[in-house]
Amino acid sequence: MSDLDQFRRETRAWLEANCPPEMRKPVANDDDVFWGGRNTKFASEAQKVWFERMRDKGWTVPDWPKQYGGGGLDGAEAKVLREEMAAMGARPPLSSFGIWMLGPALLKYGTEEQKAEHLPKITAGLIRWCQGYSEPNAGSDLASLQTRAESDGDDYVITGQKIWTSYANYADWIFCLVRTDPTAKKHDGISFILFDMASKGVSTKPILLISGKSPFCETFFDGVRVPKSHVVGTVNRGWDVAKYLLQHERAMISGLGDRSVGRPLGQIAADSIGSDAQGKLDDPILRGEIARFEVDEAALACAAERAVDLAKAGQGHPAFSSAMKYYGTELNKRRYEILMSAGGIDALEWESPRSKEGARPRAWLRTKANSIEGGTSEVMLGIVAKRILDLPGA
Amino acid sequence: MPLVLTEEQSMLRDSARGFINEKAPIAHLRKMRDDRDATGFSRDLWKSFAEMGFAGLLVPEDFGGSGLGTVEAGIVLEEIGRNLMPSPFLSTAVLAVSALTRGGSAEQQAAYLPKIADGSLIATLAVDEGAKHKPHNIAMQAVRAGNGFKLNGAKALVVDGHVADLLIVAARTGGTAGERGGLTLFLVDPKAKGVSIERTVMVDAHNAARINFDNVEVSADAVLGEVDQGGELLDAVLNIGRGAVASEMVGLSEEVFNRTVTYLKERKQFGKLIGEFQALQHRAAQLYIDIEISRAATLKALQTLDQDAAKADHAVSVAKAHAGTTATRAVQEGVQMHGGMGMTDQFDIGLFMKRARVCQELFGDNNYHAERLAEARQY
Repeated sequence: MSDLDQFRRETRAWLEANCPPEMRKPVANDDDVFWGGRNTKFASEAQKVWFERMRDKGWTVPDWPKQYGGGGLDGAEAKVLREEMAAMGARPPLSSFGIWMLGPALLKYGTEEQKAEHLPKITAGLIRWCQGYSEPNAGSDLASLQTRAESDGDDYVITGQKIWTSYANYADWIFCLVRTDPTAKKHDGISFILFDMASKGVSTKPILLISGKSPFCETFFDGVRVPKSHVVGTVNRGWDVAKYLLQHERAMISGLGDRSVGRPLGQIAADSIGSDAQGKLDDPILRGEIARFEVDEAALACAAERAVDLAKAGQGHPAFSSAMKYYGTELNKRRYEILMSAGGIDALEWESPRSKEGARPRAWLRTKANSIEGGTSEVMLGIVAKRILDLPGA
Repeated sequence: MPLVLTEEQSMLRDSARGFINEKAPIAHLRKMRDDRDATGFSRDLWKSFAEMGFAGLLVPEDFGGSGLGTVEAGIVLEEIGRNLMPSPFLSTAVLAVSALTRGGSAEQQAAYLPKIADGSLIATLAVDEGAKHKPHNIAMQAVRAGNGFKLNGAKALVVDGHVADLLIVAARTGGTAGERGGLTLFLVDPKAKGVSIERTVMVDAHNAARINFDNVEVSADAVLGEVDQGGELLDAVLNIGRGAVASEMVGLSEEVFNRTVTYLKERKQFGKLIGEFQALQHRAAQLYIDIEISRAATLKALQTLDQDAAKADHAVSVAKAHAGTTATRAVQEGVQMHGGMGMTDQFDIGLFMKRARVCQELFGDNNYHAERLAEARQY
């Protein structure tokens, strides 16, 4: 038996022994997701137990170095763990922008002090992070951002506004793009900086969306004082850090549609629509749409797996996450159009215990942001055209 | 297993690519077509292909082959797809060899596999009967007669059927059309009495035939595998064929795409390279993404066929359906973006379009495989 087979056997046994049954059911609502942070509360005892066991094992972030609270697994072992968790339907013990976005950027660009300060608090779920990127006049054209950081002794003084800051009202710290040189060309005067959301001068205001929920905020900075040592990477070279982080963000968003552990879409549709005498969904055209969707969904899962394997083999293209982000988000929108069609009039209810307070239509509306946030589909296609296909003038 | 090629597999790809680029560029297909060549392929070329070890890629080493897997066969087919090479590789080296290694007796294997590996024997599989691929709907009859069987029926789209030295024929010894049970595979000599073969000149200028069986007598030892139990063997072989054709479509799609992107960087209109227009850039980017996803799904299917063939249905259907949809899109965009030039016979783009259409139909199109997914998931 190879070492990897041995690792798989031990992993499976450990997960079997340690993952509570409640944590093996698909995530049904927002409460089922544990985000950590200073003011965090566990939704259930099972959620707490699962998180603590995985944290102590280093498996909230299995492939980070052990010194920062990670599991120290290599790529192949991390893949085995993912496969074994998926096979039993185990939920992620901790969801976090610190894991998906900031961490990889800190590991690449951070100083040893910054890593030692922040990474262990991410893996232990102690600090919840948010992302200060977009501004009212800097969306797809992110590099035109205007939030200023003015030098004052050992500090920067930050003034400006961010928008679409996910969960800013729950976050403890922010990783933020600020303009440190207003005279330079737009990509060259930006720095990547970290600060506490409890700092004086920070305020947030949730934005009510078409889903009736407020996952995003406007975030205001009014003379916020931040030590210069909190800049990650080189001052005025923050765009490099920002782009690197965006690759991870896009990879994360492209994976949002992966629900392969839940019930097959066709059976969810059959629950409401019914089946004919042959047992086929009683809406042949929707049935065909679902089948085509499932082909594309399964094929995308292969491409996601291959992207990781290619990166490991040093054959990946850094812009490929844009390709995955485009396809994954368009697919997730398609999934929810199918779910709405499958639900028919039952999927139209907005407020009732029967509809879990309109869970499905709210989720459907939420997916419409997938192809906007983290770079629009049009921006993603532009990146593929320019950086991968090398088309002129793109 | 990582979804990337190993070093050995990359070397195989380079060697197949080098050989085909040199010996069988698209001009070779054109020549066969324009000369109305009676065989539709070059036996000499196939011999050299065999000497390179490609004909015996899937043949076990004991029978003179390399004993490699479906992933390797897919690698060669991808290169065949790039150059639209007319070759018995699919019919003989993939389908027939897979049927013989999985279902053949020691005598049958010894009789045919070494000859396939050395390039001296062309063999093929005869399955389809109607306009669409429905293998379990086979109606062709094989009735017991004396010590053997008597075959009656007709087959269509038999790849390389008019040049084959051996036909592997799926017929019904029991059950009724629609059932998997009751099917049996037979090894039939195309020169046997009652076999009539009509070469069908196809849209893609590749080889195919319609074959009629009129009271064709075969002996009991012509049965490949078990009587009435051929359905499982047939499905296993078809899955390998599907994975192989998906690979050919990935190669074909990528080649037509590369040519199209090159054209976008050369052709000027309105004083600009047409590749500067965002309408074309975004469509090119979408196509690139589709091709990468088809490539990953296809490699997954081939690996699954090699590692756990009994559980490969899902991965195979995903690959064949996705690669089929992608190839259709790639050739359509190829012609459209080449404008009027894409409509000319002089440009190769149209030849890719024609081959893609045939590959779609071979062993089930994208609709067939999406349907197979829906049935497996019971909705």
